Amino acid sequence: MLAFVLRRLVQAVIVMLAVAFIAFMLFQYVGDPVTNLLGQDATPEQRRQLRADLGLDRPFPVQFARFVGNAARGEFGLSLRQGRKVSSLMAERLPATLELALVAAALALLVGVPMGVYAALRRGRFGAQVLMTLSLLGVSLPTFLIGILLILVFAVTLKWLPSFGRGEVVALGPWTTGMLTVDGWKHLVLPAITLALFQLALIMRLVRAEMLEVLRADYIRFARARGLTDRAVHFGHALKNTLVPVITMTGLQLGSLIAFAIITEQVFQWPGMGLLFIQAIQFADIPVMAAYLCLISLIFVLINLGVDLLYFAVDPRLRIERAAGAP
Amino acid sequence: MPAAPAQAAPRSFGRVLDSDVWHSFVHSPVAMAAALVAAVCVFCAVFANVVAPHDTQNLATLELADARLPPAWMAEGKATYVLGTDDQGRDILSALMFGARTSLFVGVTSVLVSVLLGVSLGLLAGFVGGRTDAFVMRVCDVMLSFPAILVALLIDGIGRAMFPQAHDTLAFAVLVVAISLTGWVQYARTVRGCTMVERGKEYVQAARVIGVPPLRIMRRHVLPNVMGPVLVLATIQVASAILIEATLSFLGVGAPPTSPSLGTLIRVGNDFLFSGEWWITIFPGGMLVLIALSVNLLGDWLRDALNPRLR
Repeated sequence: MLAFVLRRLVQAVIVMLAVAFIAFMLFQYVGDPVTNLLGQDATPEQRRQLRADLGLDRPFPVQFARFVGNAARGEFGLSLRQGRKVSSLMAERLPATLELALVAAALALLVGVPMGVYAALRRGRFGAQVLMTLSLLGVSLPTFLIGILLILVFAVTLKWLPSFGRGEVVALGPWTTGMLTVDGWKHLVLPAITLALFQLALIMRLVRAEMLEVLRADYIRFARARGLTDRAVHFGHALKNTLVPVITMTGLQLGSLIAFAIITEQVFQWPGMGLLFIQAIQFADIPVMAAYLCLISLIFVLINLGVDLLYFAVDPRLRIERAAGAP
Repeated sequence: MPAAPAQAAPRSFGRVLDSDVWHSFVHSPVAMAAALVAAVCVFCAVFANVVAPHDTQNLATLELADARLPPAWMAEGKATYVLGTDDQGRDILSALMFGARTSLFVGVTSVLVSVLLGVSLGLLAGFVGGRTDAFVMRVCDVMLSFPAILVALLIDGIGRAMFPQAHDTLAFAVLVVAISLTGWVQYARTVRGCTMVERGKEYVQAARVIGVPPLRIMRRHVLPNVMGPVLVLATIQVASAILIEATLSFLGVGAPPTSPSLGTLIRVGNDFLFSGEWWITIFPGGMLVLIALSVNLLGDWLRDALNPRLR
């Protein structure tokens, strides 16, 4: 167990170092920082001086170590475009993205799981067929088109819901939240549905497939033979065993929610990290790009690590196999 | 075998008509419908300069007086503009065809590049094994733990930062590189798995014994036997490459406005959504879904048709 955890930790650290290296290379070779700071007509003497002041004449490993040290403290310097500290820019945008992603994840789970169970239990009936067809559409429609269609229907035609921004937000210390005002919730509805729809369809299809698999198992037939009610069989035995892979998948998908939030934020002009990142790409704002890259990789690595460990804790078969395989 | 003489052509055509794959194609209405839709889309895209009713590439032919006209069946629509016009008087139908051409070009090119890259690396990893294999597979693992669109965005961002004054052609090169560097992982993993199976078979051992050099064994003996799954994967990946391209273009970091893809058209049209001109953005969106869906369905069918276990 300990060896497994340690190995996963080492892998995670290696991935993070690789990502940090890419970010570092961005700083080093894409756009010369000296030219950026001094402009085109500085003398060679000035350039050399600044190079020494910034530590750019030091050996490569030293520079990289210093970069990693700064990155670990969240320091990525100043945004080239906005002239503000990248760390404070990111901190401002983080709450918007996290709120959006969490609401979308909750929506996808709370709607997707029951729909999947329904589609499995009523397999072949009309309602289940409709759900499956709809889910196919949900998987194949690109996120931005879903967003545009929702805006067209609910914001432009019906005028029920606002289509851009976060609306009224309340500041709780450094955290701004839109979840304490009615206006904030109204602004959250369309982006959250847009972001959730793909995951919802995915979860629904997964739950259905797993559930059908489990319903064929011997212990389900045995439970029926014992005369348990359908309700007890379906929800007490079948659903419970279905949920392990679903939880794993959802955990892994949480990361992609944050990534797909980039698109949703662009469609709804939601002031989150994704919008910041897109603007950074458009204007070649390296510090912001590097910071986003490191932050999102950290989130992904942590999620993957957490899911792996959770899986290990939940599924006893993995433990036994490893114990048996160990010398 | 590859250099078939001229008179063999009709016979090989007859062989196609007689094959299992053709048989399953004729008996699958979904596959035929999807193929028809895809064929029409590809035809319109490839021959856009002939088929399109208006030349949207040429700015001189645009009539500003005809800007923002709704589709022909609506009250203010004009019969010459079947699907309406955009803010500069471009015919939407023609713009769709030229846009589909750009989208298909980027999609197909990047799939070709990633097939080349992925198949070579997968063959190498599976055939050589050891450290090479471990390294390639670790890179794949890391890339697969991030969503494709994020990887593509990052590579695209780096490319744009490296060439800040990217011109049209360079912008497309960056786009193709970004999408293909994202897609190769799938092929590498598939080909590696198949290669490891093939490597142990007698014909490879026999080739080794008679002293065929490893590179030649990989290319002439193993490669043809692992191409089936690659073909299926490539079909489906064309759809996902087109969608990634559209997403990047929609986000404003893809195809340049001078030669818009479907994604760029959707992005431009999005600004007019609020003034009620829905057709500028909905039609390119529909076209995109139509292409992606038909290619996906074709890929699904091909997978089943080529899978010997299902026969």
